[in-house]
Amino acid sequence: MPGRTLYDKLVDAHVVRRIDDDGLVLLYVDRTVLNEYTSPQAFAGLRAAGRRVWNPSAALMVVDHVNPTAARRTREMPDVDAARQVDYFAENARDFGIEYFDIMDPRQGIEHVVAPEQGLVMPGMVIAAGDSHTTAYGAFGALGYGIGTSDIEHYLATSTVRYRRLKTMRINVTGHLPLGVTSKDIVMEIIRRIGADGATGYAVEFAGPAVRDMSVEGRIVMSIMIVEAGARGVVVAPDQKVLDYLEGRPRAPKGEMWDRAARAWLQLRSDPDARFDREMTVDAGEVAPVVTWGTSPDQAIAVTGQVPDPENNAAAVRALSYMGLQAGTPIQSVPIDFAFIGSCTNSRIEDLREAAKVFRGRHVATGVRAIVVPGSTQVRVQAEIEGIAQILIDAGVEWRQSGCSMCLAMNDDILAPGQRSASSTNRNFEGRQGPGARTHLMSPAMVAAAAVTGRITDVRALIKEGAQ
Amino acid sequence: MTPFHCVTGTAAPMMTPNVDTDVIMPKMFLKGIDRSGLGEGVFNLLRFNAGRPNPDFVLNRDGYRDASFLVVGPNFGCGSSREHAVWGLQQLGIRALIGTTFAGIFNDNCANNGLLTISLDAATCGALADAVSDPASNRLTVDLEQQTIRIEGGDGRSVPFGIEAARKEAFLTGRDAIGSTLAFADDIRAFEARHRAENPWMF
Repeated sequence: MPGRTLYDKLVDAHVVRRIDDDGLVLLYVDRTVLNEYTSPQAFAGLRAAGRRVWNPSAALMVVDHVNPTAARRTREMPDVDAARQVDYFAENARDFGIEYFDIMDPRQGIEHVVAPEQGLVMPGMVIAAGDSHTTAYGAFGALGYGIGTSDIEHYLATSTVRYRRLKTMRINVTGHLPLGVTSKDIVMEIIRRIGADGATGYAVEFAGPAVRDMSVEGRIVMSIMIVEAGARGVVVAPDQKVLDYLEGRPRAPKGEMWDRAARAWLQLRSDPDARFDREMTVDAGEVAPVVTWGTSPDQAIAVTGQVPDPENNAAAVRALSYMGLQAGTPIQSVPIDFAFIGSCTNSRIEDLREAAKVFRGRHVATGVRAIVVPGSTQVRVQAEIEGIAQILIDAGVEWRQSGCSMCLAMNDDILAPGQRSASSTNRNFEGRQGPGARTHLMSPAMVAAAAVTGRITDVRALIKEGAQ
Repeated sequence: MTPFHCVTGTAAPMMTPNVDTDVIMPKMFLKGIDRSGLGEGVFNLLRFNAGRPNPDFVLNRDGYRDASFLVVGPNFGCGSSREHAVWGLQQLGIRALIGTTFAGIFNDNCANNGLLTISLDAATCGALADAVSDPASNRLTVDLEQQTIRIEGGDGRSVPFGIEAARKEAFLTGRDAIGSTLAFADDIRAFEARHRAENPWMF
């Protein structure tokens, strides 16, 4: 019998029963995180059918999408609709007996930052949640994936989802990350190469020496962002770094239970002879900082490159028109109006440290507005303790409270039509940061570089300058 | 959910690749606690210019305003998990999407609501898009029982399509998935007890 992939092992360990002969199974889901905008109709469905939640203790509810991020935090929501969503969210938490972090809770933040922070995400789990970026948890050796509202309701009522096994793709990252190149650049380069549907129908395993060298936070960035190539699940074999991240977290096991869990977790890996449906290799040493030029995350180039000729591709022509760019323009000459550092992809303490290195001793360029939205209230506190917040404030950056904010601009952090942003987020879709807004995706350090120069900039030049 | 058997209606071509759920349902329409009002939201920034119908958008053109089907480009529905996109398409009257590939979460959301997604090979899908681009041949009959798409005008040709048996059955019956799963409650409880014994730290 050939070896099994880690993905297959996690699925096998969670199959409750077969549903049909075509591979549809009932899959047990260990945990979920709920937000205020994709969950209301699921709870309404439970109420209408008179159903209870199968295991309320396996869920956590966190407000993150619609809340303001103004520096002085209050309970106020930006509009009546957001207030109604948050009120209904609280009512559902109370009526169904689910733990709830409201906006004033010191543990509040973006769901995918908060769940690992609390130690709720453990290797070997299956975690499904109503947000596409649930793949974040792959970084811990858990199978995480996004579901819609109907499946949230199904999960809440049964602790299971109906599941069809995915094909498997292993992405090996070799070599060493050059100075100024981050995990964000690696994953953006992968998406550029395989396309926005290059991993559709696949579960991705990230492997290779560069992934082993990467911090858990760096792996989270890759696990989240590969969704933009269509990946429906992500896994990374857990190692000592994952254990070090988890040990001592509020919900992590303690004492003898920790020892047992840790031993089991370190066994979780693909067998050496496991076969993947597809394999690809990327040499990290050859990757330069990456920037998007279009309205799909795969429309990207190295920061040293030029806006490509769309030739006769109607989608590329439309993207250039929307972005207000001409073919042949060096991407580094493009001026920005706005710089945003935040989102589940890049708002952790490590991201803020990288940004602070660039902002230190520099100032946001005239005419540019820069905001930093930490991924959680705990990240905010940590950044204040480390002096990062003061570096940002001294550089003229707005230091905000946590939330999803301008990643999808559901709250009051929204761009005006035609405004151009350098953004550490994951999606550059038309209208994503506001109707008519133009988004260039890049790493947090690259956003900081753009903020201080006022145009898209190769951060490596600033790092060299800073070193002299 | 609404069952799907055999539906005849207008099909509109929308062959742009990677149409994401932000484009299908912009953020301004995500702040409800129920499913109402999403028909107005669907493709809102493409359908309207400053509140007036955009004459260039296919669903505002003569012969396509009452579309029941969209023939779409690859990776339709990528991006955000928002099921509001599916509810909105249904509220606009869309019963089936015909394309090559659909994004994973979106495809599941469609199935959970009875919005049929049909995957064809690229050449067949392209030919169908060409046919429905002419209002004289943009009426289709999608027959799920027979697994065929028939072009009502033009040459009247019929295109077969594949679908997994369980998915087909779910669309035909429109059954409540939660109710069906709860029939397995004993299996879930037994699994849970075993899983807890093996991984006590997870509970």
